[in-house]
Amino acid sequence: MSTWDIDRAATVLLEAEDTRTDRAAITEEWPGLDLTTAYAVQDETLRRRLERGEKLTGVKLGLTSRAKQQRMNVASPLTAWLTDAMVLPAGDPVAQDRLIHPRAEPEIVFVMRDRVAGPGVTAAAALAAVGSVHAGIEVIDSRYRDFKFTLPDVVADNASSGCYVTGPVGRPPEALDLALEACLVEVDGQVVDSATGAAVQGHPAEALALAANDLGRRGHAIEPGWVVLTGGMTDAVFVPPGAKVAAHFTNLGSVFLAGG
Amino acid sequence: MNAVAQAEAADLLLSAYESRVPVDPLVEKYGGLTLDDAYEIQLLQIRHRMMAGATVKGHKVGLSSPAMQRQMGVSQPDYGHLLDDMFWLEHLPIPADRFLQPRVEPEVAFVLKRPLQGPGVTVAEAAAAVDFVLPALELIDSRIRDWKISIFDTIADNASSGGVVLGSTLTRLSAVDLRLVGCNLHKDGELVATGAGGAVLGSPLTSLVWLANTVGAHGVALEAGHVVLPGSVTASIPVRGGDSVTAAFAGLGSVTARFTEE
Repeated sequence: MSTWDIDRAATVLLEAEDTRTDRAAITEEWPGLDLTTAYAVQDETLRRRLERGEKLTGVKLGLTSRAKQQRMNVASPLTAWLTDAMVLPAGDPVAQDRLIHPRAEPEIVFVMRDRVAGPGVTAAAALAAVGSVHAGIEVIDSRYRDFKFTLPDVVADNASSGCYVTGPVGRPPEALDLALEACLVEVDGQVVDSATGAAVQGHPAEALALAANDLGRRGHAIEPGWVVLTGGMTDAVFVPPGAKVAAHFTNLGSVFLAGG
Repeated sequence: MNAVAQAEAADLLLSAYESRVPVDPLVEKYGGLTLDDAYEIQLLQIRHRMMAGATVKGHKVGLSSPAMQRQMGVSQPDYGHLLDDMFWLEHLPIPADRFLQPRVEPEVAFVLKRPLQGPGVTVAEAAAAVDFVLPALELIDSRIRDWKISIFDTIADNASSGGVVLGSTLTRLSAVDLRLVGCNLHKDGELVATGAGGAVLGSPLTSLVWLANTVGAHGVALEAGHVVLPGSVTASIPVRGGDSVTAAFAGLGSVTARFTEE
């Protein structure tokens, strides 16, 4: 096992996830891991997830805030896969025994009614394909020690996917001004942060269009019934055992998460 | 701190308004400065300006976010006075060089229809005293060099007040959930900050109650027609001549401040 390839990277990342063991960034040992190869690693991990019985449920975006993009020195967000194994039923605590160092982010979540195939998808066209809009909390987790990684590392690691919970209220997109849909984040009853949908690429529909166009380049479309996690509105908050996180939205209700 | 030292500190700050040259932090010069001293220094300046013809039009609450309170090492907000010469009109040019080191904060302004006299004011009474709310941009400024302020410096310096621009969209309190109102702050067309009303002490109404009870403890009432700025929904952003800043609030309209170089 002295040389790195797509297979080995996929094996290493899924093993780290399954054994809940963090590791050094892959690019430290494999400087040749570029973005294209990283997406191939991500696709290989999906293939193996599906092979072991998981079902594809949708797509998530990462690095949708400008602050995060500047930190990672990239110009656009990245995409990654969601499966049913990542669904956290409402009310269930975050499984600390499954995740390495979970952090929670409030997000605006789309459930798709129509297929959207890029390239060339606009925000308006993407929004017209949305069936309902939900509040959500995504629990991100990285297989890399202390969340230290380069862009190809995080792409290969399925954009730090962990699990996600969606809120009880679904609203038609035309009823909402998503740029001004606000979210107030509380940890243990104290307000810690707030933001609006505009913090996500200017508008969550812009993030959706980006996802459609990005997947288009990768040879996929966003399919009816898929869930799209559009990206964190605020900075992520740690969810240690016992912590209670609440995200209250203007029109989309509240989502709660317990640290387990 | 004796009365002479308080008056000297007030004069220092008043002269900084005139010269537009910031002064060193007061705590460097006056070691034993207390919160009571700081509010007294603030009041001395307000009285001085009222002698010159200014009138009180309301109050502002500062340090209302957990982040700002942590930074200042305090667990409560502070307050300052809004005088009539601090109000600027929307869209009309605001001369940026009238200020020393201005920054802008988006806020939901309360306008009172009847007096609120603390202590003992409840959320219910405060809500019933509100006539309507307006979108607002507060201009904060510091007469202290490089904003190197402690809690004592900012209170003495009228809670780092600079000015206020009120929008013209009136909304009744019952028509909106102030806690979950979204706000997007744009500078020169670019999104610079976002937030929700609850970033202010959990709810802007909590801030109004705190203010009424805090000034009420000193026998001061909030008056009918007065404006209360409860605190910023986002982090503040610096502005200078040539900048144009707009805050858009969900359901409350928007407000724009335009800064010019004189």
